[in-house]
Amino acid sequence: MKTTAELQQIATQVRRDILRMTTNAKSGHPGGSLGTADWFVAMNFNLMDFDPAKFSMSGEGEDMLFVSQGHITPVIYSTMARRGFFPVDELKTFRKFGTRLQGHPSTAHNLPGIRMASGSLGQGLSVGVGAALGKKMTGDKHIVYTMHGDGELEEGQIWEAAMFAGAKKVDNLIATIDYNNQQIDATVDEVMTLGDLKAKFESFLWKVVVIENGNDMQQVLDGMAKAKALTGQGSPVCVILTTKMGYGVDFMQDTNKYHGSVLSADDLPKALAQLPETLGDF
Amino acid sequence: MTHYEIKSSKELRAGMGEGLVEAGKRNVNVVALSADVKGSVKMDGFAKEFPERFIQCGIAEANMVGIAAGLSLCGKVPFIGGFAEFVTGRVYDQIRQVMAYSNKNVKICGSHAGISLGEDGATHQTMEDIALMKVLPNMTVLVPADFNQAKAATLAAAEHVGPVYLRLGRSKMPCFLPEGEKFEIGKAQLLNEGKDVTLFACGHLVWEALQAAEALEKEGVSTEVINIHTIKPLDVKAIVASAKKTGAVVTCEEHLINGGLGDSVAQTLAMHCPTPMEYVAVDDKFGESGTPDEMLTNYHLRAADIIEKVHTVLKRK
Repeated sequence: MKTTAELQQIATQVRRDILRMTTNAKSGHPGGSLGTADWFVAMNFNLMDFDPAKFSMSGEGEDMLFVSQGHITPVIYSTMARRGFFPVDELKTFRKFGTRLQGHPSTAHNLPGIRMASGSLGQGLSVGVGAALGKKMTGDKHIVYTMHGDGELEEGQIWEAAMFAGAKKVDNLIATIDYNNQQIDATVDEVMTLGDLKAKFESFLWKVVVIENGNDMQQVLDGMAKAKALTGQGSPVCVILTTKMGYGVDFMQDTNKYHGSVLSADDLPKALAQLPETLGDF
Repeated sequence: MTHYEIKSSKELRAGMGEGLVEAGKRNVNVVALSADVKGSVKMDGFAKEFPERFIQCGIAEANMVGIAAGLSLCGKVPFIGGFAEFVTGRVYDQIRQVMAYSNKNVKICGSHAGISLGEDGATHQTMEDIALMKVLPNMTVLVPADFNQAKAATLAAAEHVGPVYLRLGRSKMPCFLPEGEKFEIGKAQLLNEGKDVTLFACGHLVWEALQAAEALEKEGVSTEVINIHTIKPLDVKAIVASAKKTGAVVTCEEHLINGGLGDSVAQTLAMHCPTPMEYVAVDDKFGESGTPDEMLTNYHLRAADIIEKVHTVLKRK
């Protein structure tokens, strides 16, 4: 277990990784990655029960995580590397030919830590529901976590899965929504407002925890602990994680500009200057 | 000519249903999921026998595919059941991402496939499913020929590790293959030896091909009949060997002419031994309502149509 301060330091390094990986690859999705870095660090280092050295597809005896918005591979891979799934140095291969670090998560390249391809949006909640049912069938008391973008909630399959999980009382499942109100074309409110998201999930028979500031490490830790405490009570749990896309670099924040575009080599130092190197760059 | 008799008239989907119960008895990890059609796709026997291993997904096929993929991670062997159109075309991308690309041990049971579905009409009569499934890397595509073979194919699918599409029809069709025969995935089944022409058939049209062969033999045309119950992986060796021997080929399938068994055979012949070939398949168009018999006859999928194509191909030799 890390202290909150230690987690914050890791998150700063992860943000550096995200920017350096995407600029190095000249492609990728830094915006949502920066916004969710605190959550991924908290999950990987403190909240989830697993051992990266003993990774298995079955995830038996471990918590499992499915990231449905697979485009945020920069944060997924950085936190995985920093947690010990694979060498940190491998981050420099992100999106390069022959890499295990594919643009979107893949099981076809034997990267430990990835159990399902994702990135075709809207599918990860169903997969998480299936894994959670599998855990129930095999008597495994561990939790299945899923992560979703808020724009992704426009996909109908999300609501099929939400309806199923609520109706069937899949209560070993925690789905977190990255609630940053940004998607590619505009804000989520402009594209397809979510209305009262908490009420939506509650009406689908879920319990809901709202984290008001998902870029505050302590709030993330407390909110996710609260969510975990709500499992095993007959309802799936949804966490609405309010974040800022691009968090950590002032000129990248609160815009969808960096959803799928990267900093130039010239702009990268300006961003990195705001993020001190804490664990050593790859 | 090896003579085949109709022992009974049974639905292939029911063969799958029986096979699934048997697979469930053999392996406690076999689970079944259905999208509000467990009776229609004959999963009700399994649901009754193993209620704790049956998952009712409601009318939500996309979610069902994802749940099955998730279950497979935990060592389960999920069979998902639905109307063939709605568990292939409707959820193509889901199958592509979490079953095929992720290479998960999920089995799709597509019932009501083909034009012999009949009265429901074109919305439900998929004749594109073989094409859709066979183009996916990692996917195995099985098209059994009768009730007994559907049962055997289900058992084989349960033992095979990896994603499988199992194509099944709704209507009662001749049951002519022996009960309890082992189903070997990827192994073409020689039903009749011949030397003038080869009929490569799958699914319901295997029976029609046998009927055609009997009539052709009487005309003096020695007709080889091979059941290609596995479209993928294709038994290239058997196809090439037979085509080289007879020098003329007709493919027979209850599928659109594009992308089905015929195209797989044509590709094989083009690469290994170019051979005159004709297709018995449905032209590039959708079906309509009618009885299964009317459908097969009016869309030219009968023994008589096969015989006509044999006459055509023989002239091209």
